[in-house]
Amino acid sequence: MRTSAHLRIGDQPWVKWSLITLALSLVTLLLLVPLFAIFAQAFSGGLESYIANVTDRFTLHAIGLTLFVAALTVPINLVFGVFLAWLVTRFEFPGRKLLITLIDIPFAVSPVVAGLLYLLLYGSNGWIGSRLMDHDIQLMFSWPGILMVTVFVTCPFVARELIPLMQQQGKEEEEAGVTLGASGWQLFRRITLPNIQWALIYGVVLTNARAVGEFGAVSVVSGNIRGETNTLPLHVELLYQDYNVVGAFASSSLLAGIALLTLFVKSFVEWRQARQRHALNEEEI
Amino acid sequence: MKTFKKAKSIVAAIVLGLGVSQVQASDQSLLNSSYDIARELFASYNEHFAQYWQEKTGQTVEIRQSHGGSSRQAQAIIEGLRADVVTFNQVTDIDILHQRGKLVPADWREQLPNASSPYYSTMAYLVREGNPKNIQNWDDLAHEDVSSVFPNPKTSGNGRYTYLAAYGYAQQAFPEDQDAIDSFVRTFLNRVAVFDTGGRGATTTFVERGIGDVLITFESEVNNILAEFPDQNFEVVVPKVSFLAEFPVAVVERHAQRNGNLELARAYLEELYSEDAQRLLAGFNYRVHNEVVQQEFSEQFPEVELLTIEQIAGSWDSAMEVHFASGGKLDQLQRR
Amino acid sequence: MSLAITSAISLNPSKRVLPGFALSLGISLLFISLILLLPITGLLLQTAGMSWNEYWSVISDPRVVASYKVTLWAAAWASAFNGVVGLLLAWVLVRYEFPGKRIVDALMDLPFALPTAVAGITLSALFAENGWYGSILAEAGIKVAFTPLGIIVAMSFTSLPFVVRTVQPVLEDLAVEDEEAAISMGGSDLTVFRRVIFPSLWPALLTGIALSFTRSLGEFGAVIFIAGNMPYVSEITSLMIFIRLQEFDYAAASAIASVVLLASLILLFLINIWQAFYLRRIHGR
Repeated sequence: MRTSAHLRIGDQPWVKWSLITLALSLVTLLLLVPLFAIFAQAFSGGLESYIANVTDRFTLHAIGLTLFVAALTVPINLVFGVFLAWLVTRFEFPGRKLLITLIDIPFAVSPVVAGLLYLLLYGSNGWIGSRLMDHDIQLMFSWPGILMVTVFVTCPFVARELIPLMQQQGKEEEEAGVTLGASGWQLFRRITLPNIQWALIYGVVLTNARAVGEFGAVSVVSGNIRGETNTLPLHVELLYQDYNVVGAFASSSLLAGIALLTLFVKSFVEWRQARQRHALNEEEI
Repeated sequence: MKTFKKAKSIVAAIVLGLGVSQVQASDQSLLNSSYDIARELFASYNEHFAQYWQEKTGQTVEIRQSHGGSSRQAQAIIEGLRADVVTFNQVTDIDILHQRGKLVPADWREQLPNASSPYYSTMAYLVREGNPKNIQNWDDLAHEDVSSVFPNPKTSGNGRYTYLAAYGYAQQAFPEDQDAIDSFVRTFLNRVAVFDTGGRGATTTFVERGIGDVLITFESEVNNILAEFPDQNFEVVVPKVSFLAEFPVAVVERHAQRNGNLELARAYLEELYSEDAQRLLAGFNYRVHNEVVQQEFSEQFPEVELLTIEQIAGSWDSAMEVHFASGGKLDQLQRR
Repeated sequence: MSLAITSAISLNPSKRVLPGFALSLGISLLFISLILLLPITGLLLQTAGMSWNEYWSVISDPRVVASYKVTLWAAAWASAFNGVVGLLLAWVLVRYEFPGKRIVDALMDLPFALPTAVAGITLSALFAENGWYGSILAEAGIKVAFTPLGIIVAMSFTSLPFVVRTVQPVLEDLAVEDEEAAISMGGSDLTVFRRVIFPSLWPALLTGIALSFTRSLGEFGAVIFIAGNMPYVSEITSLMIFIRLQEFDYAAASAIASVVLLASLILLFLINIWQAFYLRRIHGR
């Protein structure tokens, strides 16, 4: 395809390599060293104590609960994010900008306050909570409460990833599709999805990462019952309070590990897609 | 509710998939809501109690534990966390359970001996090897070259006790001289290097970040830290005058009744006063009331004149209002 | 991509050619009402119990005002730093191939995945005077941990991914044609970047910076471990909210939270309007 030497800016070797070097040093200082510090602490007691900490009954329960909440949060916010992005980038209507702003509320609210909002509304003295209580339904201090605040805290990510991209791409292609007689679903699958898939995956990855790592909001509505409503980040805090620094960092390393795993999956999907496209191109030739 | 149960079984499945069993079935279960640093203490006591209860009634009991900042725990109970008993480190956090929801009776302090405080502690100092700044008492903490670390009195009961201890000392040192008292406490607050939000944060700042000449916290904590970091050769100093830090307990009657646990909950707290339990508590460096155990551990707990909240501020209610409320004494003394 | 052709087809100026308006509007509004607006109403109801004078005295308390200044100042520096670093990282990740690129890409989301408290503990360990970074900086006479500078460090760490992840997809999607044309006409790299690339990136970059800024305003967990929390000097607004919560003064906590919320929302709203305006200008529509 692009074979000539200088068609895109910043391609000269000296620019390229000095920028890469600068970026890599920053990544090392800002991300890699802190990450390394976590693992160094986690393994400071040796492999055996690491394994003992990670396979502790309560740690395993915390892992299960955290993954479970994330597994529910991601699809909820995925569906919502796609619909919202479609709405605000494909249609003009009054209140559109307000809607885009509203979706950012969770970023503007301190997580502790977010937790408090839900607690005051759904707690046993709350406007909704007291009514639910009459039917013996308790949302707070059990996993539904944790799920609710996690959805709240992470709901902007997918939409936020999609909106600028879909805005930038414009709606011409989809409109062309409509003139050619495509149905709504076909339109989305054939035209929109291929264009936004990377942003979509980023959104999912961010949602998942944040859902797994959320602390402030969850700590307010969890009740901190060990072996029942203790998520992994709360477990880290608890171990830290117990002077079990090694255990706390061992659990933290799991969280970092989950994040890296998600990212690895993303990279793999990306690679597969690229190969598929490549194969298709060759067939056409 | 049904769907929750279904989803809950999915959680259970995930957990089982990871190779753990859910908490094993017991005849009875009790939820103890407690302060953040008491997890190991109660893990140990729960074992003791479960055994005692089985011997007494033949029933197995499982104690579930919830730990967090004491005020946050109280807030959760007010909003519906169904704890059967509370074991806190601040009297005011149990008072609020009565004021905000009548969850405990008004006279909860009379329900159990020693004002419902089965164990107590006081504020002590942890200093660096050799005590280079020669810190012995509260007046040493106002010296210009001393920098201290303790948690924020606004966010932590631990910090509140430290403030009150210094204030009580000043009341003794400068009787009837409010200006001198204020100026001493102001200087004392100015010597603080870092205000962490909780006790454990302050410990980290002092021990691992190397900040400050002295850490002020519960005597029980000071001794724990000493044991946790033996290679640092810290030294413990217990000042001659300090504050009586009570660790109050109460049955959350409304919840315990609803959970059908009233009798069990009462027994759980009463057993804290037994000789064996008191020995266990003393092993965690808390001061206890049982005389036999006091004798056994007399070397561990130096004599100290303990000031009560009544002596310093009249009552907890007035202490909160005069000292810790927004715009109160603490705010005034910290103003620049 | 044949943008010219598709836009030729979509000459039909009728506004809602695309399907799914009612469906996506319904889902979005339902979700936003339930997850976002209902709890926020709860917050406003909490403050509604106060008289205007009470409200004003809570939010204008000198210590709280000092915390606004510290928070705004630190968040501004942190997001400015993230704007520069984030753009660089996004550029390097999109434009260049180098060994370990996938890993660097994966690392980028680490700050979201780590519980903020773990980030705070790790950063304060690194930047304390006996830490890896702190000991080097101390020789230069710079103190970071337990000073306002520490707040900036914690804020930029926790919100770095916002800029990278909003700029990345847009940069990836940039049409090559304009750039190639500009280069063939003899524009220098900097000119091309400024005239051709930056105008398309600008909305995304600004969104990223704004998100980073608002997230920093609400950040709590990471900051308190490294800030030192000295009254009037290094106390952030989230800590003021936390303090009111500890005092069981929900009304006062909600009042201060409402100030932060309002400020963030106004800021985000302005950015959204401005961004749309800018987009329209470059698309010439």
